[in-house]
Amino acid sequence: MEDIKKLEEFQAKIDAEIKIEPKDWMPEDYRKHLQRQISQHAHSEIIGMQPEGNWLLRAPSLRAKVVLLAKIQDEAGHGLYLYSAAETLGKSRTEYLNELKTGKAKYSSIFNYPTLTWADMGAVGWLVDGAAIVNQVSLQRTSYGPYARGMVKICKEESFHQRQGYEIIADMAKGTPEQKEMAQDALNRFWWPSIMMFGPHDSDSPNTGNAVKWKIKRATNDQLRQSFIDKTVHQAEIIGLTIPDPDLKWNEERGSYDFGEMDWDEFWSVVKGGGPCSKQRLKHYNDAHNNGEWVREAAKAYTDKQTSKQNVA
Amino acid sequence: MSNTDSQGPIWEVFIQSKPGLAHKHVGNLHAADKEMALQNARDLYTRRQEGTCIWVVPFEAIVSSTPEDDEAFFEPSNDKAYRTPIHYVMPEGAKHI
Repeated sequence: MEDIKKLEEFQAKIDAEIKIEPKDWMPEDYRKHLQRQISQHAHSEIIGMQPEGNWLLRAPSLRAKVVLLAKIQDEAGHGLYLYSAAETLGKSRTEYLNELKTGKAKYSSIFNYPTLTWADMGAVGWLVDGAAIVNQVSLQRTSYGPYARGMVKICKEESFHQRQGYEIIADMAKGTPEQKEMAQDALNRFWWPSIMMFGPHDSDSPNTGNAVKWKIKRATNDQLRQSFIDKTVHQAEIIGLTIPDPDLKWNEERGSYDFGEMDWDEFWSVVKGGGPCSKQRLKHYNDAHNNGEWVREAAKAYTDKQTSKQNVA
Repeated sequence: MSNTDSQGPIWEVFIQSKPGLAHKHVGNLHAADKEMALQNARDLYTRRQEGTCIWVVPFEAIVSSTPEDDEAFFEPSNDKAYRTPIHYVMPEGAKHI
């Protein structure tokens, strides 16, 4: 009985756009949904460093290298902001990290695709970060306070990421015929995985109902995807590249682009761990974690020593 | 999980964005000790000239009120409008007050 009353009060706060804070009562499903969503988001930022790290030592200029390094450092920071938000939901950092290490938790499938050429760094920034930004801008208004605050910070920092990617691909598109071909090839490979980053169609998305009612999500998968496509088509046109979708067509009536159907068999196969780089990404993450063992050991030994000194004094 | 797998305790981070302003809470992080906490705060929260001074405080040291305290703590001020200037009626024509 009391729970029904609490649930009504909770929904009234959500409806009145009052943020939910860590110590407030919340339905168990709301907590679980956020734990899953925020930690997956955090894992994606962390794993997302790998495809770009692949090009760090081969960046074509010092400027490109400095920029890429700053961008990768931002991704690490964004992962940490998000783990902090996830931890306020009563689950420890170590628990979340273990779920990633063991492969129990998911991260965005896009990072299981390889980055084969420098043009891919352009496509990743322009399309992958571009799609992430559309999602994150909408999440700035999510109902859970710590998540919303994290998103505001992330969006502020993220704005240079997309521009740096677009600059790379625009430069290549106006380069030699080989460079232009490389840019087109990167677009061809990253287009469909990017628009699939928004997840399944609303009609096939079992978590959408409550997430919208509780304002965890402020827009549905299909709405966000449409918004991304509508703003990206023109960007491709002005640099002379072609989006690899023969069904892409302006729909005057809707004021939006119509587009072709995505390959959902591929989507689900990659989600379930069948992506070209899935095993490599997880192994690399675990190796990096295990290689840091001595640092954690040393830090702990130092703290223990300081504490015992203090106790003696 | 091994003993050394620990991420260390949580430290809350406060940043003063420029001299003259109050330190403001910006988030938290994990670190083994206070020096590492300060270093990590610098790397994590001030990559873009966000501030001129950082405080790190052990999460355990913060005492917070809870939603159950709301009524006792904050409702009494709802009916005390006389603590704000708009409560008072000034003679017509009075200036600079």
